[in-house]
Parts: sequence; structure tokens; C-alpha cells
Amino acid sequence: MSIISTQTVAHIADLANIPITSSEEETLAAGFTTTMGVVDQLSTINTTGVEPTHQVTGLENILRDDVVDTDRMFSQKQAIANAKRTHVGYIVVDQLIGQ
Amino acid sequence: MLRTLTLKSYLDKVKSKEISPSDVVKEVADAIETINPDLNIFLARNPKAFEQSEERAKLPLSGAPIAVKDNFLTVGMITTASSKVLEHFNPPYESTVTKNLSTAGGVIIGKTNMDAWAHGSSTETSDFGVTKNPRNPEYLPGGSSGGNAAAVAADLCIAAIGSETAGSIRQPSSWCGTVGLKPTYGRASRAGVVAMGSSLDSPGPMGKTVEDCAILFEHIVGHDPYDGTTSSQPVPKLTDALTKGVKGMRIGIVYLDHKDLSGTRTAKAVEAAGKIFEQEGASVDVISLSTQLEKGKILSPDAAIGVYTVVQRSEVSSNLARYDGVRFGEDRSHFGAEAKRRMMLGTFTLSKGYADKYYVKALQVRSLYIQNFAELFEMYDILISASSPGFAQKLGATADNPMFGELEDMLMEPSSISGLPGISLPMHYDAKTNLYLGLSIVAPQWHEERVVAAAQVFEENTKWNSWRNL
Repeated sequence: MSIISTQTVAHIADLANIPITSSEEETLAAGFTTTMGVVDQLSTINTTGVEPTHQVTGLENILRDDVVDTDRMFSQKQAIANAKRTHVGYIVVDQLIGQ
Repeated sequence: MLRTLTLKSYLDKVKSKEISPSDVVKEVADAIETINPDLNIFLARNPKAFEQSEERAKLPLSGAPIAVKDNFLTVGMITTASSKVLEHFNPPYESTVTKNLSTAGGVIIGKTNMDAWAHGSSTETSDFGVTKNPRNPEYLPGGSSGGNAAAVAADLCIAAIGSETAGSIRQPSSWCGTVGLKPTYGRASRAGVVAMGSSLDSPGPMGKTVEDCAILFEHIVGHDPYDGTTSSQPVPKLTDALTKGVKGMRIGIVYLDHKDLSGTRTAKAVEAAGKIFEQEGASVDVISLSTQLEKGKILSPDAAIGVYTVVQRSEVSSNLARYDGVRFGEDRSHFGAEAKRRMMLGTFTLSKGYADKYYVKALQVRSLYIQNFAELFEMYDILISASSPGFAQKLGATADNPMFGELEDMLMEPSSISGLPGISLPMHYDAKTNLYLGLSIVAPQWHEERVVAAAQVFEENTKWNSWRNL
């Protein structure tokens, strides 16, 4: 059975970029252990030689013509309309490089 | 009262000029005003619904007021997916499905409450409060399209549009005593629908009758260049299937011997449904469960819970990574408990060292379900079961249960992970609680017409639909 520790929870939270408190760590660890208990049942099923199914439509290589579709273009005003922080028509983002 | 009209009778009466679309819209809007504070069904209202209903009177859907789940992007109406992250999000473009709806003459009356990000089967995980079941407000409406099923049940719309990943159209329809049709995956466009499980998400109609769902289906589905997973296969004329009947149809009843169903009132109701189909000329067999792939048997839904849990959480962790509060929405501290849980679990099942053990394994078992259905559909035209193991549960039932949704949706998960079309329609009624059970009918990919033909026969030959005798 997979036991998920609070350390693992803290690590996953970091990977998923989700701020959580230490009391949440405890609840999440217990919840994940329950859920993974259900998932672990999959290991009893024989899947030797079975291909994984990523999608069910059977469609392949769906491409579009390499032309600009102006119907789905935003104006600059539309594109930044929902952003919290903007500066002279640009979206302000936190610094990532160097972190 | 005009708002109790089915979509079919609404369209007939508008065409014969017996009623005007704006009268119906006004009545629905007034009823929402009165009823919504108690039941919490609508999150946003369309301020232009009245004018639009008159402008669109001559189009095929004649300005009919339609409730739309709040995960469809709608220009001019805030779209939240019931999450505080999107509390103030004003979409810059319209979803294909709602665009199709408007082009066909439907009018969005308002946006309905749901489980936040469609994560759940209760509407209890909404960041804007639970929706109450209009059939009995002490009970949950189900979910994630719970607001829709409730809007239909309370006659706060003529019909509705929801979405299903695994059970989200059919399970709330079951709990609210309404009808919900989940199309084949790839039949309806996901463009402009807040993404959840991208290999599973299927928009579809919800309504008062099977016929209403068939009508609405024809106007909202079809190939969309903005969604590469939509099929260019011709859209079947589902309204033609309504009169096809079930004579000669081969029907398999599944899941009766599952431990949670065996001997229950739900199982008895499914057996009674089998009898109805037999009377109407179908041949009906009971198919037994198996835990490994076996010819002539149905794989237990238990393993599908594991498959769905891993596939859905994994896809969620990727899809919800975009909500960082930079381009739109609030930052990641605004996610509710359920969304955090799912994103984190998906991050875990996709992470290095675990992806093969969990994610790939789940996709392999998914293949087994698809193979199992393919084999069964050589012997049967449709498969029937209960939509949900029981009646609606009471408000508060989801507390401290991280697997609530998966257990309530258990019977829908095998067909969802296989991309199959299905319907839920009322199959039994409890007079004491005023609550319903739902019958599930599932067909092979692209064969919605079989689902509708059988569902129509069942609806016509039973007394369970509360709108049929109005």
C-alpha cells in the first residue's frame, strides 16, 4: 500500500506551485493515502502486452492550414483586459530567471 | 405556467404563435429571482436574454431560454467554473457550443453552479455554495452539472447544456429526476470549455425529456476546427431515432451483481426496466461481472474508479497549471480544497519514478475496458444499468470523503473512459422523499441514435417522467 508522507505532500505542493499550510499537509497526506489505496488495486490487473490508451477518437495528425485566422485573434486590449498587473500595454510577470 | 413547457412543446407553441419567446423568458427570469436565493442554482444571469429571445424567435430554437453550466466561456457574462480563481473572469471569446446554441436561436438565460472546475459529483465543492436539489432541498443535486439538473427540475429553464468527464451530466440528471445525454467523446467541441480532463470532457444536452435532449443535441454538436479531437463524421439526426423503437434490439443488463447493487431497490428497478424493453420487442440478457477480461462478461467498475482517478487527476494537474493569476484570474492561493487535492495527486502520478507505475498502468487498464466494451457490443446493441447506485444523498455528504465523486459515479466511469455515448433518464421514484433513480443506457461510439431510441421507448412506457403528464 502506498503511504503518502507529509514530506511527500510538501514536495508535490512545491512541484505543483500550490501554497499549503502545515495543517493542510496532514489532511492531504491522509486523503492521498486513502485515494492511492483505491488506485493500488490496478496493480492486481494483468496488463502484460497491453498498449496504453491516450485518446479514444482514433484521429491522427490533425493539422490546420498555416494561415492566420483573424477570427480567433485578440486585440492587445482584449488580451490584457483580464490581467491584474499591466504596464504600457504589457502584462507584468514575476521574475523567474535567477530564482 | 409557461416555464414548465418541454423544449418540444415550447417550439411548437412559438411556431403556432400561441406564445411569445419573451413571455417565457420573462416568466423564467422572474422565477429565478424568487427561487434562486433558496436553491443557489444560478451564478450569473444574461441581462440581454429578453431582447435576444425576440430577435431569435424565427430561428430553429425560437429563442428558448437555456441554462448553461458555468464552465462554458460566454462573452459578456462572467465565467467562473464555480472557482474563486475565476471570480471576476470576463471571457474574451465564446465557447463553440454556446456559439452554436445562439446561432440556432437558443438564448442563455444564465450560468449555473457546479462543482468547482467540475471536480465532483455533488455541487458541494463549488466555491460559491452548494446547490440544493429542487425535488427535496435537504438533498444534493449531484454534479458536477448539478446546477443544470436543478435548473431543469425546478423549471428555471426550458433545457440546459452541461458537460461530462465521468458522470457529470448523467449522475445529476439521475438525482434530480431529469434527462441528460452524454455524447460520444469528440462529438461536441471542447473549445472554450474550461478544461478538466481533456481526453474525457464531453459537452452535452440536459432536459426534461429524451426528445428535448435529442433536439438540443442536433444544434450544439459537430466538427469544430478549434478542437482537433472533434470528429468530422456526420451528426446523426437524433430526432429521427425517437420513433425507431427497440424491436429486435439486443440489450445487456450490467452491474446488477456488483456488491453495492445486488438485491437493492436500484437493482430491482433496473430489472423492471429490462422487462419493459422485453415487452417492447427487445431481447434482454443479464451480463455478469468479472475482475479480469473475460468473454461475455463485463469488467467490474471498481477498477475504472482507479483508472479514472489517475487519468483525470493527471490531466487536471496539467490543465490547471495555467491558472497563475498573471494573464487572468486570481493567483494559486485561491484554489479550493478539492482542486488542490486533484492537482497535487495528478502531479504525483505524473512525476518521475511514478508515471509508469500509476499513469501508464491506468492507461493500459483503460485499454482493457475499451476492448471489453468492443467485445460486448458484438453481442449487444446497448447496455443498460443504473446511472448511480442510489438516490440523491443529503447535503453535507461529501465532507471528509476524498473519493465521494468516484463512488457515486462508479457506474458511469467505464463508459466515460472508453469515450462512449450514454443517457440517464428517470427510472424510479420514491414518493416519501420525492427523489428519483436514473436508468443508464450506453451504446458504441458514434451511436447516440441507439441510446435515444431505447430511452424514448422507456420514457413512453413508464410513468417516471414528471413532465409527461402535465
